[in-house]
Amino acid sequence: MTTPLPDGVDPADASDPDFWHLRESYTFDRNVIAEIRRAANTGIYRIRGWGAKRRLPTLDDLVFLGASMSRYPLEGYREACGTDIVIGEDRAERPVHLKIPVTIAGMSFGSLSAQAKEALGRGASAAGTSTTTGDGGMTDEERQHSTTLVYQYLPSRYGMNPDHLRVADAIEVVVGQGAKPGGGGMLLGQKITERVAEMRTLPEGIDQRSACRHPDWTGPDDLEIKIGELREITDWQVPIYVKVGAARPYYDTALAVKAGADAVVVDGMQGGTAATQDVFIEHVGIPTLAAIGESVRALRELGVHRREVKLIVAGGIRSGADVAKALALGADAASIGTAALIAIGDNDPAYESEYRALGASAGFWEDFQAGNDPAGITTQDPDLSARLDPVLAGRRLANYLQVLTIETQILARANGKSHVLNLEPEDLAALTVEAAAMAKVPLAGTNWVPGTD
Amino acid sequence: MTTFDLTGATRRELNQALHDASGGESFEVVNPRGAHAVACGIRADIDVVVRGSVGYYCAGMHQHGRVLVEGNASTGLAENIMSGLVRITGNATMSAGATGCGGLVVVGGNAGARCGISMKGVDIVVGGNVGHMSAFMAQAGNLVVCGDAAADLGDSIYEAQIFVRGDVESLGADCVEKEMRPEHVETLRGLLAAAAPATEGAEVSQFRRYGSARRLYNFTIDDVDALEAEREGAIP
Repeated sequence: MTTPLPDGVDPADASDPDFWHLRESYTFDRNVIAEIRRAANTGIYRIRGWGAKRRLPTLDDLVFLGASMSRYPLEGYREACGTDIVIGEDRAERPVHLKIPVTIAGMSFGSLSAQAKEALGRGASAAGTSTTTGDGGMTDEERQHSTTLVYQYLPSRYGMNPDHLRVADAIEVVVGQGAKPGGGGMLLGQKITERVAEMRTLPEGIDQRSACRHPDWTGPDDLEIKIGELREITDWQVPIYVKVGAARPYYDTALAVKAGADAVVVDGMQGGTAATQDVFIEHVGIPTLAAIGESVRALRELGVHRREVKLIVAGGIRSGADVAKALALGADAASIGTAALIAIGDNDPAYESEYRALGASAGFWEDFQAGNDPAGITTQDPDLSARLDPVLAGRRLANYLQVLTIETQILARANGKSHVLNLEPEDLAALTVEAAAMAKVPLAGTNWVPGTD
Repeated sequence: MTTFDLTGATRRELNQALHDASGGESFEVVNPRGAHAVACGIRADIDVVVRGSVGYYCAGMHQHGRVLVEGNASTGLAENIMSGLVRITGNATMSAGATGCGGLVVVGGNAGARCGISMKGVDIVVGGNVGHMSAFMAQAGNLVVCGDAAADLGDSIYEAQIFVRGDVESLGADCVEKEMRPEHVETLRGLLAAAAPATEGAEVSQFRRYGSARRLYNFTIDDVDALEAEREGAIP
C-alpha cells in the first residue's frame, strides 16, 4: 500500500515513517541527476565560476596548540607582533613591501567590472597590500587605485604591453591556477564587450578560450631565459613571481626557483575562477592543505626558504586562521580571490530576489561566466556594474583584510610569536589522519605523522 | 654609432644603454654569440645593428626603433613587438613574432614552428618557409610566407590574415582559403615592398589568402527541451 508524498515535502527530510523507504542514491544524488539532464539537453559541458565546491581536506583540519608550560604567550594588543613581508630584496631594485601577509589574487578586468577592480585596488591599498591584474591586461583605473600592483604575464598575452610592464610593481608569470592547472582562461560572449574586445584584440561577443601554454617558452629551462628577458626589459627593477596551480608542488616549486623566481605562488584546487569547465574545477589539482608542505620542502632543500624566494599560498583562504596555518606550514603570505569578492559584495543576500529570478540563491551563485551578476561584480553590464560603489566596497575589503591580519596576530601571539612569520609547524596538530599526512604535522594527541619513519 | 662588443660588455650594459637612448642614436652589437634577450625592451626611435646570431627573445617587446640582425635568431624573435621594425637576414626558430601587437618583423630565411602564434596586429614577412602551427590562434595582423607552410597552418585563427606563395601542407582547425580581394592585394603589395629584399622575386599574383571560417567563435549549444516543447505545441 502506497501513501502519496504530499507536495513540498522533501523525501530526504520526511519525518513520516510512511516515506522511510525512499532512499536517495549516494552515487546518483539529485545534483548528479540534474547535471546528466542538463548535459543531455544542451550537449555542452558545464561551465561555471567559483572554485571546487565538494568537500575537501582543508586547513580547518589543523589546530594550533597555543601556549602552555613550556611556551609562553604574548599579550594581545600590547606586545608587538609584526605582519610585514618583503619580496624580491635579493634581485630587484624595488622590492615589494607589504604591511600584511595577505594579498589579492589575479582577477581580470573583463571577468570583473571596472568598479570591482577599482574596489579591490582601493581595499588592498588601504590595507597596505598588493592587488593583481588578470588575463586581460592592465586598466588605467586599477593602476591608479592600487599602490602595489602585480602585473600578470599569461599564456594568452591579452593586452600585454611593455609600457604596463614598466609601471608594474611586480610581474607574475602564470603557469597555471588552482581552479584549472593545465587549462586556459575562458570568457564567454556576454562579457566580451567593445572595451574588453579591444583590450584583448578579439571580435566582440565571441566565446573566448585562452591559450593554456605560453606561446614562446616550454619548460623550466626556457622559463629561466624568459625571466631573464623580463628582468632586462624592466631593468631589474621589480620582483618576478611564478604562479602555479597545485599539481606537483615539490617539483614545480623547485623548478620555479631554478628558473629565477623571487616568489612562487601556489594555488590549491579550491582557488576560484571566473569561468571554467566544472570537470576541471572539481577534478584537477590537489587541495591547498596538501600543497603547502611540499612547496616548503623544495624551498628548504634549496636553502632559499624565508630567504631569497618567498612562498605565497592561495586557494580557499577565508579567515585569519587559514592565513596563520598557511604561514605556520611555511608560507610567507596567503592570497585571496573568492573571499575578496565576497567581501566586496558577491553573493550578497540583499539581492536574493534577483538571484532567485536567475535560478539561484545568495550563497549558491556561481554563474560568473553569464555576465548578469546582480551584485555588479562579475559583469560588464553598465547598469549592473553601476550598483557596486567602489569606495564603499573598497572599505569593506580593507576592513576584511584588517580582520584577517588581526586574527593572524591573535593566533601568533597565542603561540608566543612576535612576528607572524615566526609561526612554525611545531605549533600545529592535525585532527584527521589525512590532514596529518598532507600537512606533515602530528595527529592531535599523538606524535604520529603518517608517511614518515 | 656606439659599439658594444659582447665579448667584454655585458648584456645588461647593452640593454640599459638602449633603454636610456632618447631617439636618433645608432648602436652596433658585435660578437653577440647567441646571447638571449639582446636589444629587448627598446622604446625609442633608434637603430641597432647586431652582427652575428642571437639567442631567445631578441628585440622582445620592441617599440618604435629598428633592429637588424645579420645572422640567425632563436626562439621568440621580436615577441610581443608593439611597433617599429625587426629584420633578420637569416633563419628564425620557433615562435617568431609571437603575440606581436604592431610593427613589422622580417625574416630573410625560414621561420620555424609557431611563427606568428597569437599575433595581435603585427605584420610578419618570411622570405622562406614557415614551420608547423604557424599563426596558431592568430588574432590580428598579417603573416606573409614567400615559401611553403608546414602542417596545421592557422589553427584556431581569429581575424589575422595569412598569405602563402608556395604549398600549404595542411590547414589547421577552422582555417580556410579565402578569396583575394582588391584590399588584400593592396595589403600584400605593401608588405612585400616593405620587407624587400627578403621578398625578392615574389609577385602578388603568386599568393593565396587564408583566414578564419569563424566556426569556433561561439559554443554550439543544443536545446532539446525547447524542441520537445515546440513539438507539443507549447511554443507556437
